Amino acid sequence: MPINYYIFLSVALFCIGVAGVLTRRNAIIIFMCIELMLNAVNLLLVAFSKMHHAVLPVLDPNAGINGQLFVFFIMVVAAAEVCVGLAIIAMLYRNTHSVDVNFLNRLKH
Amino acid sequence: MTLTQFLFWFLSALSIFSAIMVVISKNPVHSVLWLIIVFFTISGHYILLNAQFLAIVNLIVYAGAIMVLFLFVIMLMNLNAETEPQKNKWLKITGVIGGGALLLVLVAALKDADTRNQMAQMGTGDIGLIHNLGMALFKEYVIPFEISSILFLSAMVGAVVIGKKE
Repeated sequence: MPINYYIFLSVALFCIGVAGVLTRRNAIIIFMCIELMLNAVNLLLVAFSKMHHAVLPVLDPNAGINGQLFVFFIMVVAAAEVCVGLAIIAMLYRNTHSVDVNFLNRLKH
Repeated sequence: MTLTQFLFWFLSALSIFSAIMVVISKNPVHSVLWLIIVFFTISGHYILLNAQFLAIVNLIVYAGAIMVLFLFVIMLMNLNAETEPQKNKWLKITGVIGGGALLLVLVAALKDADTRNQMAQMGTGDIGLIHNLGMALFKEYVIPFEISSILFLSAMVGAVVIGKKE
C-alpha cells in the first residue's frame, strides 16, 4: 500500500484523540484518548519501518528494525504511564468523589 | 481489488469509526469497549504489515492488560452515563474545531510530501519476526531494555505509594 494512506490514517486517529482530549471532561476518557494518540503514532512508526525496509533490503537486511523496536519501547513506557496515571485518578476520586477535570482545578487557587 | 487492499480499507474504516465512538460515547464502559476494538484493528494493521511480534504484544499489553485496568478502575468508581460530568456546549464545539483544524493543517502539509511514491511493504519482509527483533533488542538495545525494567520497577513503587491510604 502507498505510505500516504498510512500517514492519513494515523493523522486522522491522532486528531480524533486530540479532539477527545479537548472535548471530554471525564479524566479517564481523557486518559483513553491519550492512549489512542500513542497507538496512532505506533502504527505510523511500523508503516515507516516497513517503507524503509522495502527500499534497502539488499544492503542491510535489518533496515528499518529500529522503528519496530522503538514501538516496543513506547508500549513499555505507556504501560508504566497508565499504571501511575490510574493510581493518581483513583486517589483523586477517593478525595473528591469526582473525576470531572473542571472540578479538579485547585492548583489554580 | 486484492485481499490485502480490501482488508486495509475495512480495518481503516473500522478503526476510525471506533475511535469516533470512543470520543462520543456517553457511558465510559462503552468507550473502553470501543477502544478495545480500535486496538484490535491496529493489531490487524500490524499483521498486514508482517509485524507479527508487535501485533501480539499490542493485543496482550494494550487490549489485555491496560484496558482491563481501565475497566477495573471504572467499575471501582461506579461511573455510568448518569454521573457523566456535564459539559459546556461551546467547549465541545471549540474542541471539535481545534481537532479538525489540526487535521486540516497536517493533511495539507503532508499531501504533497516526498513520500507520494513510496510503498510500505505488505506481507513480506522478515524484520517484524520475533527472531530478528530479539537479536537486535538484546545486542544493540540491551542498555535501554534494562533501563526500561528500572522504569517499570519505579512505576510499580510509585503506583503503590500513590494508591496507599494515608
